[in-house]
Amino acid sequence: MMLASNLMAARQQMAFTLGVHIILVPFGVAFPFITLIANYRAIKNADPDALRLARRWSKVMAVLFAVGAVTGTVLSFEMGLLWPGLFDRFGAVIGIPFAIEGLFFFLEAIFIAIYIYGWTRLSPWAHFWSGVPIVLSGIGGAFSVVTANGWMNQPSGFTLQADGTVTNVRPLAAIFNAATKYEVPHMLLAAYMVAGFVVASVYAVAMLKGRRDRYHRLGFTIAFTVAAIATPFQIAVGDYAARAVHDDQPAKFAAMELVTETGTNRALHLGGVLVDGNVRGAITIPGLDSILAGGSRATRVVGLDDVPVDERPPANLVHLSFQAMVAIGFALVGLAAWFGLGWWRRKTVPASPWFLRGAAAAGVASVAALEAGWVTTELGRQPWIAYKLMRTSEAVTHVGGVWVSYGIIVVLYAAVITGAVVVLRHMARRWREEELSDHDVPYGPRPQLKADAP
Amino acid sequence: MNAGDVVAVALWIGVIAYAVFGGADFGAGFWDLVAGGATRGERPRALIDHALAPVWEANHVWLIYCLVVLWTAFPRAFTAIMSTLTVPLLLAVLGIVARGAGFAFRKVSFTTPRRRVFGAAFALSSVLTPFAIGTVAGGIASGRVPLGDAAGNRVTSWLNPTSIMGGTLAVSTCAYLAAVFLAGDARRFDEGGLCVYFKRRAVGAAAATGFIALAGIFVLHADAHRLFDRLSHRALPIVIVSALCGLGALVLLVRIRALRSAQVLAVGAVAAVVGAWGVAQYPDLLPGYLTIDQAASSSTVLAWVVAVAAVAVVLIVPSLALLYTLDQQSRLEDEAAAGEDVT
Ligand code: HDD
Ligand code: HEM
Ligand code: HEM
Repeated sequence: MMLASNLMAARQQMAFTLGVHIILVPFGVAFPFITLIANYRAIKNADPDALRLARRWSKVMAVLFAVGAVTGTVLSFEMGLLWPGLFDRFGAVIGIPFAIEGLFFFLEAIFIAIYIYGWTRLSPWAHFWSGVPIVLSGIGGAFSVVTANGWMNQPSGFTLQADGTVTNVRPLAAIFNAATKYEVPHMLLAAYMVAGFVVASVYAVAMLKGRRDRYHRLGFTIAFTVAAIATPFQIAVGDYAARAVHDDQPAKFAAMELVTETGTNRALHLGGVLVDGNVRGAITIPGLDSILAGGSRATRVVGLDDVPVDERPPANLVHLSFQAMVAIGFALVGLAAWFGLGWWRRKTVPASPWFLRGAAAAGVASVAALEAGWVTTELGRQPWIAYKLMRTSEAVTHVGGVWVSYGIIVVLYAAVITGAVVVLRHMARRWREEELSDHDVPYGPRPQLKADAP
Repeated sequence: MNAGDVVAVALWIGVIAYAVFGGADFGAGFWDLVAGGATRGERPRALIDHALAPVWEANHVWLIYCLVVLWTAFPRAFTAIMSTLTVPLLLAVLGIVARGAGFAFRKVSFTTPRRRVFGAAFALSSVLTPFAIGTVAGGIASGRVPLGDAAGNRVTSWLNPTSIMGGTLAVSTCAYLAAVFLAGDARRFDEGGLCVYFKRRAVGAAAATGFIALAGIFVLHADAHRLFDRLSHRALPIVIVSALCGLGALVLLVRIRALRSAQVLAVGAVAAVVGAWGVAQYPDLLPGYLTIDQAASSSTVLAWVVAVAAVAVVLIVPSLALLYTLDQQSRLEDEAAAGEDVT
């Protein structure tokens, strides 16, 4: 009884803390790249607008990186505080990718500090190059942590003895598990999309309010271009991922697509929910599900009826999240194409307010897709914490009172998020006020230390 | 020495590094807390902001390093510690969140009320966190963490004489280290007054730390016999080194020109204390319950951990050196403190 309630609380706490952390991840992984593009243009073309963008972005990065670092630390503790069962048995297998992750984050933290604080007293190019390791270690860190998640979906790289002990650990095989090849690129592309669309959306809002000067257009264009390039690739990788899930994790696929009965020529359901085993309220396209899963109507798809009752994931949530992600993905491709056409024909940002409104919404939408994708992956794996090897209920801590820690964490995170929003808005307002009073001297000599003004 | 011992040493180097670098960071928060009202505390706080900003995130990754090495190389010890010492660990992690966020937010805030709120979060949690971590250390060292999921006592494992001593010692050590470093930073920024200010506090913190350490001898004698025994025999030379370093630093602190050497000795003293604990505990990981050998993962995994640690040495040590060098040359400037964006 205590355990069942603990399990619920632990799952919610994990989902909540991961859900917060993952929003910050794109700003550690992809935002530095976008900033470096502006930085590069600033130096190469002696472009003051680009310089101002890069410097301001790096200040935003400093705030978000700090929040990302502390929320990531919480996750590391939670591995032991919430899921001792998983780490007791599989810690040695899943640990290596986390250790590699630690290495990359170390590098990232070091160079992000050099970059953020290097504006005034490093030479322009030395400063630019100090940003490059951030981009590389961001990719490396995301790679390693996502392989750990891939391992939970497709565990490999060890031998399980009859008595439950793990022997013959092969870390390389654990890292390059069957899910790595699609989860890693999918997450990396998502990071570039989210960072790009979110940054662009800030400038889209400003342009809608009439601030259409070169500075705002440039900020928009740099960020949006990065996201727009990533988007079509994301769809392709997502399609590949869906087919891999069909092959490797049939129960998850059945939940994603609301396949109730095993068979060939399965229909695709757009929207809809499962009520008493029947799909309600969906637009049904006959045969398309089989085609998407395996290329032809003859593809056989496993239905929920073939999954033992106690191994079924919560289908409705998985289905709706999955479809939300896909719908947003296609909407964003449309927006990216609109931008691409406009740029190709006129070499400028499309002037239509509808485009800008779409771009303003794209930031939030891409974050929603990111969250929805993770809900699909994680909820779709239930009841397994390590697919077909260990149930989440076997892994959860025996220490009672997880509801209490969950409650405290929610309150603390609410405060941290509020704080972040307040200071970022405040920064933006100050920047607007001082818009053209450009008294900062980058790459200049060192002024005296002065106490911060009250 | 077998592979498990090698990894245990690598882990311990991480613990020492976190104690020194993370400790100096936490201690700065302590001085921030006791710096007084907004007017009186303005200058020391500005110095703390300025000194910490470029390095705190890197200093803090040592903790992550320790965690991942522990759970990969000694998974059963990791889960036993986490599930018995849940409460102080939770306090520590909450403190880490409040501290990091509070510091980062205060740096970019310019109104007094807001700076006060964020500053309070930063400073209070800078004391809470090392205290909680110190109690964890005390719980492990005094043999209160048995093997298994939630097998130990959830209260006495960290509310016991050794833990309280560990927590107090951690806070005072952090304050001591921070004061020594901040005095150096003040000198680097030509802030003579602040240099004296922090030197005076360093001497006070050194005295307090020495006193707690002395009292700790009696606490350990009564409460953690095994640890006491080994500290007073096998690890005795290191304990003596630590005491000498501490005393030497104190002497040097009183003379302004020798600040650098005082810093080196202070670091030495702290590193030696943590090192002595490690030596005293060897070969136990959870004293009384689990040795390093019993806890160790398979040799392949250990080899991987060593390999990752080796790559880390090759990549991270030079990077850290670069960061600290640039920082010490004052080439990492915070633009706000440099007087540019201040409104
Ligand atoms: C900007 C974000 C974004 C967008 C537009 C898409 N995805 Fe996605 N998706 C994610 C972000 C994401 C993710 C980063 O949240 C996930 C969670 C785990 C992962 O590897 O990527 C994910 C998971 C995920 C999974 C589950 C993988 C698993 O459980 O192992 C599938 C099948 C897809 N996606 C398929 C798609 C398809 C067909 C898309 C397009 C039409 C799509 N995704 C667009
Ligand atoms: C790559 C790194 C990740 C790892 C290693 C990881 C690991 C875990 C673990 C150990 C659990 C608890 C066991 C379980 O429920 O199966 C979990 C649950 C969960 N995670 Fe992830 N996760 C990762 C990324 C994410 C992200 C970024 C999200 C974003 C929203 C997320 C969403 C969830 C949700 C919703 C659950 C709860 C599922 C449930 O129990 O109902 N995960 N994850
Ligand atoms: C269970 C899952 C996860 C754990 C245990 C975890 C752990 C951590 C830790 C410990 C940090 C702090 C590093 C520092 O101090 O600098 C961190 C930050 C970070 N994490 Fe996570 N993480 C998880 C999920 C993810 C995922 C899914 C991604 C991305 C793909 C990710 C990417 C990052 C990045 C880029 C940072 C750097 C800080 C930032 O940019 O905000 N993490 N994470």
